[in-house]
Amino acid sequence: MSFLEINNLDIQYKTRKETINASVDVTFNLERGEILGIVGESGSGKSTVANAIINLIDKPGKITNGSIKLDNIECCNNEKIIQTIRGKKIGFVFQDPQTSLNPLFKIKDQLIETIQTHLKLNYYDAKKRSIELLQEVGIENPEKRINEYPHQFSGGMRQRVVIALALCCEPDLIIADEPTTSLDVSIQFQILKLLKDLTVQRNLGVILITHDMGVIAETTNRVVVMRYGKIVEQGNTAEVLSNPQSSECKSLVMSVPPTNKKIERFKLISPEGGEITNKSSTLTNSIIQNWAVREISNEKLLDFKNITKIFDEQLFFRSKKEINKLKALDNVSFQIIEGESFGLVGESGSGKSTIAKIITSLIKPTSGEVFFEDLSLHNPKNIKIKNKYRGQIQMIFQDPYSSLNPRFKVKEIIAEPIKFLQKGIGNNAIQKNINDLIDIVGMTRQSLERYPHEFSGGQRQRISIARALATRPRLLICDEPTSALDVSIQAQILNLLKDLQEELNLTILFISHDLPVVRQMCDRIAVLRNGNLCEVEKTENLFNNPKHNYTKELLRLMPKIESIYS
Amino acid sequence: MISEVINKIINNDIGYSFVKSKIAVISTIVFLTILICSTFAELIAPYNPFDPVNVSLLDAFTPPVWVDGGSTNFVLGTDQQGRDMLSTIIYGSRISLIVGFASILFAMSLGTFLGVTSGFFGGRYEIIVMRFTDVQLTIPSILMALLVDGIARGFISKSLHNDMAIYVLIFAIGISEWPQFARVTRAATLVEKNKEYILASKIIGLSNFLIMFKHILPNILRPVLVIATIGLALAIITESTLSFLGVGVPPTTPSLGTLIRFGNDFLFSGEWWITFFPVIFLVVLALSINLLGDWMRDTLNPKLKTR
Repeated sequence: MSFLEINNLDIQYKTRKETINASVDVTFNLERGEILGIVGESGSGKSTVANAIINLIDKPGKITNGSIKLDNIECCNNEKIIQTIRGKKIGFVFQDPQTSLNPLFKIKDQLIETIQTHLKLNYYDAKKRSIELLQEVGIENPEKRINEYPHQFSGGMRQRVVIALALCCEPDLIIADEPTTSLDVSIQFQILKLLKDLTVQRNLGVILITHDMGVIAETTNRVVVMRYGKIVEQGNTAEVLSNPQSSECKSLVMSVPPTNKKIERFKLISPEGGEITNKSSTLTNSIIQNWAVREISNEKLLDFKNITKIFDEQLFFRSKKEINKLKALDNVSFQIIEGESFGLVGESGSGKSTIAKIITSLIKPTSGEVFFEDLSLHNPKNIKIKNKYRGQIQMIFQDPYSSLNPRFKVKEIIAEPIKFLQKGIGNNAIQKNINDLIDIVGMTRQSLERYPHEFSGGQRQRISIARALATRPRLLICDEPTSALDVSIQAQILNLLKDLQEELNLTILFISHDLPVVRQMCDRIAVLRNGNLCEVEKTENLFNNPKHNYTKELLRLMPKIESIYS
Repeated sequence: MISEVINKIINNDIGYSFVKSKIAVISTIVFLTILICSTFAELIAPYNPFDPVNVSLLDAFTPPVWVDGGSTNFVLGTDQQGRDMLSTIIYGSRISLIVGFASILFAMSLGTFLGVTSGFFGGRYEIIVMRFTDVQLTIPSILMALLVDGIARGFISKSLHNDMAIYVLIFAIGISEWPQFARVTRAATLVEKNKEYILASKIIGLSNFLIMFKHILPNILRPVLVIATIGLALAIITESTLSFLGVGVPPTTPSLGTLIRFGNDFLFSGEWWITFFPVIFLVVLALSINLLGDWMRDTLNPKLKTR
C-alpha cells in the first residue's frame, strides 16, 4: 500500500458547448520521501489532478469517477474529510508568490492562523513554532521578519514563506504547482534545493508540477508525463527522460534545448509520432524576389554607446532626491554586427527589456547614444531621417496574448505596417505580401480571415513574427519570444527564427533569461546584471569557460536536463 | 438563412446570456416598443395633439376610459386643453428620447476623447483633465445643468429662446455627464496602452492619433457602452427634471417632464391622470434602460463572467 494512491481518476468540465475531459483514467501512486514530478504542456490537466487531491476543482469541473486514497483513507469528493486533511496533512505551494499571501496580514498572523486552525496550540506556542519554521526554510533573522508584511519580502523569500505555510502543520504531502516558474534561476535553485532537503528530513511525499524538463531532471525521483488529461508515460525519472517510449514523451524530451552543446536545428517529432520537417526555405523564395536579395556587410549595424537610463517617477515636480530614481541601465555599451544573432541574458530587473525599448525608441536614454549604422537614433535633429529607417528595426514580444490587437483580423494586423510604411502600394501587392508572409511563418492562408483569439499561443507568435517581418527589417529584436510557450512549440518557433535569419539575412537581438535557449540561438552573448554589463563573449567561450563570477554562478545554477545521465 | 443567423446570435456568449436573462429580454422589449412608438409617433398616436384641428376645449379634462365619464375616444383621458393624453405622452417621449440620446452622445464624445488622450499622453495634461473631472463631480449634475441653462438664457436673445431651448438642454445635460466617460476611458486606456500590441504599433511608427483611435478605442468600447446605457436613463430623467422646473423644452413642444409639470397643477383638483400617466411612462422608460444597462454591465465585465 502506498502513501498516496490515485486510481482511475476522471474529471470533466461541462460547459454549454462541450464537455472537456481534464483527466482521463489517471492512476499513479506516491511513497513517502519521494518527489513525483507531473510534467506536461499547458492544458494537459496536471494542475487539475493536483487540485482534485485537495478537492479544489473550480466549477463546473467535477470528479466523475475514481478514487484518491491518502494513507488508505478515501477522500475523493468528500469535503468533510478533506477539510480535516487540507492544510494539516496536505500542504500546497502555488505558482505565484506575489499573490498567494494575503498582502494585508503580517507573516506572523498568516502562519499563526493556519497553525491554530489545525493544531491545538496557544498563541505563544504557535508563534514560537512559526519562527522555527521560518528558520527552517532559510529566512534570516526570523524573530524580526515575522512581524513584516508580504510586500517587504522579495519573490524568492515569499516563496519560502509560502513553503513554511505549507509545512506549518507538519503535513505528510506537499503539492507544489509550478513553484519556481515565476522566479529567477538562482532563486529557483535555492527553492528546489529546499524542497529536496525537506523531503528527506521530514520524510514527506512531494508532488511537483512543472513544465520545465530541467527542473524535473534535477529534482524528481519519478515522473508522470501527461497529455490531454491522460498519462502517457510514468516511471523512474532517469529512465523516462533518457529513453522515452511514447511518442508524446519523445516529442517533449527532444524539444528541450540541450544545455551542454549547440545544435543546428531542433529535430522535432509531433506528439502523434510523425517527424516535423517543414523548412521555410522554399517558401521564402517568393518574398526574396519581392524584396531583392540583401547583402550582409559584416560590419557593425548597431552601436549601443555608454547608455545610462534613470527612471524618475515624479510627474509634476522633478525630484532632486536620489531615492525616487531607479537606475535601470548604467553605462552599458555593446555592438551588434550585421548578420549575427546577439544574445542578451539576465535575471528579472537586469535591464534587458529597457535596452530593447531604447533601441526601438519607445523610451529615451538619460545619457549616451545609439547608432543604427551611422544614424544616431535619439538625436532630435534626425527625426525626419529616422522615419526612413522606421521598419528596419522590428520587435517580437513576449506575451502572444497581448501582442496582437484582438479587434483586428490577422490580415489587417499584417497589412498595417505595409500600408503605413509603403504609401501608395496597391491592394494586389499588399495581398501578395501578406500571403507570402503568412506562408513563410508556416500558417495557412485561411487564417488571414480570422481573429487572434482563435489561435493558440504558438500560432499567435507566428503571426507576430509575420507582422515584424512585414516591414523588411534588418534588425529583429526578440524579447523573450518563447518564454510563454510550451517547450515543443518553443522548439518550433526557434527553428523558424533560425531559418528566417539564414534566408532573409536578418540580424537578431535575442533577449532571454533562459540560458539553454540563448545558447542554441546566439553567436555572441552579453550578460547583464542590475543594469550593468558583466561580459560580452562568443557563445561557446561563454559557456565553456565563463570569466565573470556572475556568469559562472548562472551557469552552475541553471537546471540541466543532462543531469540525469550523470 | 434567418434561422441560421438567429442560431449564431444565440450561440454567441453574449447572445446566450441575453436570451437566458428574462429581465434583459423584457426590458429590451419595453424599450424597443417605446422607441418605435415615439419614432413613428405620427402613425401610432391616435391624434396629433399639437394640431389645433384635433383639439377641442370641449373635450378638456375627460377622465380615462375606465373611469366614470371617460370616453373611448381618449383612452388615457385629456388634459386641460382637451389634448389626448396618450398622444401627448407618445409625442413627449420623442422629445425626451431625442434629448437623452443627443446629450449622451455629446457627453460620450467629449468624455471619451479627453479620457483616451489624457490616459495615453499622461503628464501634466492628464493631471489637469482629471482634476477638472474631480471638480465637476463635486457639483451635482442637475445643478450643473441648471447653471449652464441659466448662462445660456442670458446670452441668447428672447426671440430665439424657444428654438434654441432643446440645443441648450442637450449641451447642459451633456456637459454634466462627461466626467464619467472621461474617468472610465482613461483608466481603460492606461491598461491598454501598455499592452504589447500598442508597443508594436509604436515601433511600426504609427501616429499617436491612429494608435489612440484605431487601436485603443475599439478595445475599450465595452465599458463606454455600459455607462452610455445607464447614462441614457439618467439623461432622460435629468431632462424631465429640468423641464419640470420650467427651464427645459418650451411648453409648445412638451416633453415628459413638461407634461408632469402641467399635470402637477391639477393633481389635487381631481384630474390625477394628467400627471399620473406621464410619470408612470417615465418610470417605465428609465427602468427598462437601467435594467438593460445592468445586464450589459454584468455580461460585458470579464471579471464577473461565469461559464
